[in-house]
Amino acid sequence: MAKYLLSVHTVEGEVAEPMTEAQMKQTSEQLGKIEEQMKSTGAWFFSGRLHDPDTATVVRSSQGVSVTTDGPFVEAKEHVAGFYIVEAPDLDAALGWASKVTACVGKPIEVRPFSGTAY
Amino acid sequence: MTLVKVKVDEAVVGQIFREEYGRSVATLIRAFGDIDFAEDVVQEAFAVALDRWTSDGLPPNPGAWITTTARNRAIDRLRRAARGRELERDAGSFDQTDDESQETGPVLDDRLRLIFTCCHPALSTEAQIALTLRLLGGLTTADVASAFFVPEATMAKRLVRAKHKIKAARIPYRVPTDAEMVDRLGTVLAVLYLIYNAGSAGPAGADLRQEAIRLTRIIASLMPDEPEITGLLALLLLSESRQAARFDVDGSLIRLADQDRAQWDRALIDEGHALLRACLRRDHPGPYQLQAAINAVHSDARSIEATDWPQIVGLYDHLLEVSPTPVVALNRAIAVGEVRGPAAALALVDHLELDGYYLLHATRADLLCRLARTDDAAHAYALAAGLAPSTAERSFLEARLAEMQASGSPQQRRR
Repeated sequence: MAKYLLSVHTVEGEVAEPMTEAQMKQTSEQLGKIEEQMKSTGAWFFSGRLHDPDTATVVRSSQGVSVTTDGPFVEAKEHVAGFYIVEAPDLDAALGWASKVTACVGKPIEVRPFSGTAY
Repeated sequence: MTLVKVKVDEAVVGQIFREEYGRSVATLIRAFGDIDFAEDVVQEAFAVALDRWTSDGLPPNPGAWITTTARNRAIDRLRRAARGRELERDAGSFDQTDDESQETGPVLDDRLRLIFTCCHPALSTEAQIALTLRLLGGLTTADVASAFFVPEATMAKRLVRAKHKIKAARIPYRVPTDAEMVDRLGTVLAVLYLIYNAGSAGPAGADLRQEAIRLTRIIASLMPDEPEITGLLALLLLSESRQAARFDVDGSLIRLADQDRAQWDRALIDEGHALLRACLRRDHPGPYQLQAAINAVHSDARSIEATDWPQIVGLYDHLLEVSPTPVVALNRAIAVGEVRGPAAALALVDHLELDGYYLLHATRADLLCRLARTDDAAHAYALAAGLAPSTAERSFLEARLAEMQASGSPQQRRR
């Protein structure tokens, strides 16, 4: 088994048709079902949704001093809106979960393996 | 048992290498779960073979000999090296549940697993092609690099990165399930076709074309129930049948209309036709079967004029349905031009969004030339020549332009 990061990407300013209350409810119900499935098959390790990138803060170390600055690390149009960490036997299995999530949320998902397996 | 004494030299071993390398590497990858390790021990086994066979003669089954020798080397290495335990533990990027002691006769040929791994959609097209030629075809990195006009170091880096991704991301070593098969097979066929096409720009690409045909034959024999693979094989053989007639002695391109059809290879045409009939009987025509069928119609005709163009237009209509791309639409327009004249074809061509594609401009140039619009044709020829991917194609287009300008009058009916 290996762990994979499934990061859900959104493109800033690219607002799709605003979702109706009913659609939003449906999406979150579907997502809930997928997460239940992940948990019952032992694939779910962790997941979370993030606030917008303008809530981000960057800390870097410069000559032994921590410097804190406002804003996301990379000013980009695309950013990570949320992520899953899943355990899967191989890439195809991880891609299978990513397909389910992307079909539900309508946003592209990057699938990336964690290096090392011991944690 | 009587052994036939064959004179064994480097050429014989080289021939066996090309035929057996992929099979041995595929088996060793399944047994040990590591691509680099498998390549190493198979290459070692061939080095031993070169030495031993030239003095003792060929063993009864050279391929099995290589696989056994490579496997023994692998086990020795794992036992000997302290790294063995480490490798055995880390090697598990691929499933190792299969019985390793089985030397021959696994239900599934490992080469099938290997091609689906090499052509996994998580890898870039360049990586898919490079891995397929390197691991299944046994081509050296230098050969693959020169076939694709990139420096050897670039190709080496590409292969290392691709193999690293297979390992790190755990791209599986297995044949896809039925549900995934259509998509995944499509990638495999596209890679084989790209390899063939990379070899068809000039007479020098013979090795790539032969390799594409050889690999397609293997895949077709391993998956006899997939008509599109047979369709691709038919398409490659029918294309190959014209190869000798496609180039002048000086290497310049000869159009279909001007080719000496007596030079077409009848044996390849017959085999292509037989394969095509066999797969079309399944009544599941996909893009490769339809392209093969179009080629088959051409190969039936004694001349460009005697070609059954209405049938070709019909096949293109069908192809456009299953594969609605502008390139297919362009080829269909050319066929329409043969049935309904250049004006009808030009009207279709002018609708296509293919501005960066040299054949669009080459086609427009020919049609304009036939319509006696010489200035427009000259402009289109120049555009096409500027975009042409190879010297052979560029000089062909420049020659056409010169020919048109020299004649000073509109061309005869020509394609």
